[in-house]
Amino acid sequence: MANEVRLIQMAEPLSPPRLLPSGDAAITVEFSRTIDDAANRRVLALDRLIAAEPIAGITETVPTYRSLLVHYDPVQISFDALGERILARAAKALPTETGTRRWRIPVTYGGEHGIDLEDVAKALQTTPDEIVARHVAGDYRVAMIGFTPGWSYLSGLETFLHMPRRKDPRLLTPAGTISIGGIQTGVQCLAGPSGWHLLGRTPVRTYQLHRDPTFLLEPGDAITFTAIDAKTFAEQDRAAEAGAFVAELVTP
Amino acid sequence: MSKLVVTSIGPASSVQDGGRPGSQRYGLVPSGAMDRLSLAAANTLVGNELLAAAVEIGPFGAAFTARGGAVRVGLAGASRNADIGGRPVAFDSSATLAEGETLNLGFARGGSFSYLAIEHGIEGEPMFGSLAVNARAGLGSPYPRPLQSGDELKTQAASGAAERRIELPVAADAPIRIVFGPQDDEFAEDSKKLFIESEWKISATSDRMGYRLEGPVIRHLDGHNIVSDGTVTGSIQVPGNGQPIVLMPDRGTSGGYPKIATVITADFGRFAQISAGRPFRFKAVTMAEAQAEAIKFHELLRSLPDRLRGIEDLGLNIEALRDANVAGQAVSAVDVSTWQVAVP
Repeated sequence: MANEVRLIQMAEPLSPPRLLPSGDAAITVEFSRTIDDAANRRVLALDRLIAAEPIAGITETVPTYRSLLVHYDPVQISFDALGERILARAAKALPTETGTRRWRIPVTYGGEHGIDLEDVAKALQTTPDEIVARHVAGDYRVAMIGFTPGWSYLSGLETFLHMPRRKDPRLLTPAGTISIGGIQTGVQCLAGPSGWHLLGRTPVRTYQLHRDPTFLLEPGDAITFTAIDAKTFAEQDRAAEAGAFVAELVTP
Repeated sequence: MSKLVVTSIGPASSVQDGGRPGSQRYGLVPSGAMDRLSLAAANTLVGNELLAAAVEIGPFGAAFTARGGAVRVGLAGASRNADIGGRPVAFDSSATLAEGETLNLGFARGGSFSYLAIEHGIEGEPMFGSLAVNARAGLGSPYPRPLQSGDELKTQAASGAAERRIELPVAADAPIRIVFGPQDDEFAEDSKKLFIESEWKISATSDRMGYRLEGPVIRHLDGHNIVSDGTVTGSIQVPGNGQPIVLMPDRGTSGGYPKIATVITADFGRFAQISAGRPFRFKAVTMAEAQAEAIKFHELLRSLPDRLRGIEDLGLNIEALRDANVAGQAVSAVDVSTWQVAVP
């Protein structure tokens, strides 16, 4: 009986995404307007299904929190024809956890490597150690990679650590910064501007030229953090510069 | 080994090609030429692949000197006064620098970017299949940054082939066509109307990441923060101050401002060429029109090799010269840069 109920639930059709035109050569396939874990799982499921069963004319796909951006060649396929085929794929792209890779990423927290840790602790009325303990305890997933190469936006930040972004974004934050912003946490690869709160730094390069693979993380990968001291950071930073992953692949 | 040495160059000048699509899911933007038609025309003039790497030259002047042998080049895009050792050179044509000769290029006229293609291409190490410069990502070859004086572009010796010119359709001074979306529902109908009916100018603070527009304030229905989603080249995003930004080839791959519309593929290069401060307008078209224009643009690119002509044909076109004089235009048969070729 219980099995029967489950079957009926699974047979319920998934609500169709919205197809939004992004010019004449891309479609935004939108599953939600907000940050929504279930929507993100459907984005990643559609992305995987299109990779497994390609549609002629699609040139590349870009998963984000709530939508899949599908780039295509309008010489090969029209908006209407592609839209129809995407909707058909979306109806059968079921979110799944099978095949998820899990990475353990070392982070040195606080001090010069995480200049906002103390302020974050004060704002949340707790200690820096408590912030680190909670951040390390989290089970995260790469919801999207975007903005600049390797900038990985992670979902799964516990509610306690949710904080509005800085009013004045910093123009330059260090390579490898681990930060929190809003309801997200992130791994930043290249130095650049950021409005998030800087908790620490990782020696891991999520983007490194002349390394195979150049990009370490994939959208959908599971992530946990592990705290390391500044001396270990320095050692691993040198190893990473020479091409080592430094991040540990826990499950393939 | 021949090479072209950069003897002087202004900002916003870099090696660009068709770009490196395929890694946007990792945050790596494709980059590539601002004006693909002009890049392809310059390459066609010297027998290269349409979207091979060439020098994209920003609005200011530049000079290049041939070393180690002769170097043959093709020039297209925004026209400029150009000469090789005092010999005038026309745009939309090829020319050869003998060893030691210098090609001098003035400021861009009627556009922002010119393309200098080198016969046999520019030698470099492709990354993700492209030599295009993306300075933020440390990509680009032979230099992962904009060009500077003293840089060397290595190539092979000029073939000695006859010089060519290329007949391009006259770029219409028409509005820049857009399709609405993906987030036009974040704006009221009168905001969309204001966007379409107003005159816009490109701010001088624009670059290869984005062109900032100056004009009326476009208001959002419900705040200016949306959850980041994917961008395309030509996305028109509207930040909190209501002044739109058109995303250019070095854009971020994702963005958190509502995007009211997108410049169509066929008009993007023409948009990229609009000089800062010059007024222009947008025009909304349907998806069907935009896609029909994209197919026509693709066919235009493919037709470029058929549009090559011999340089010598020009002086012999007495009929066209007589017609032009009758029309009272000051056409000089010598100054080929102002000569409008009769379409056969």
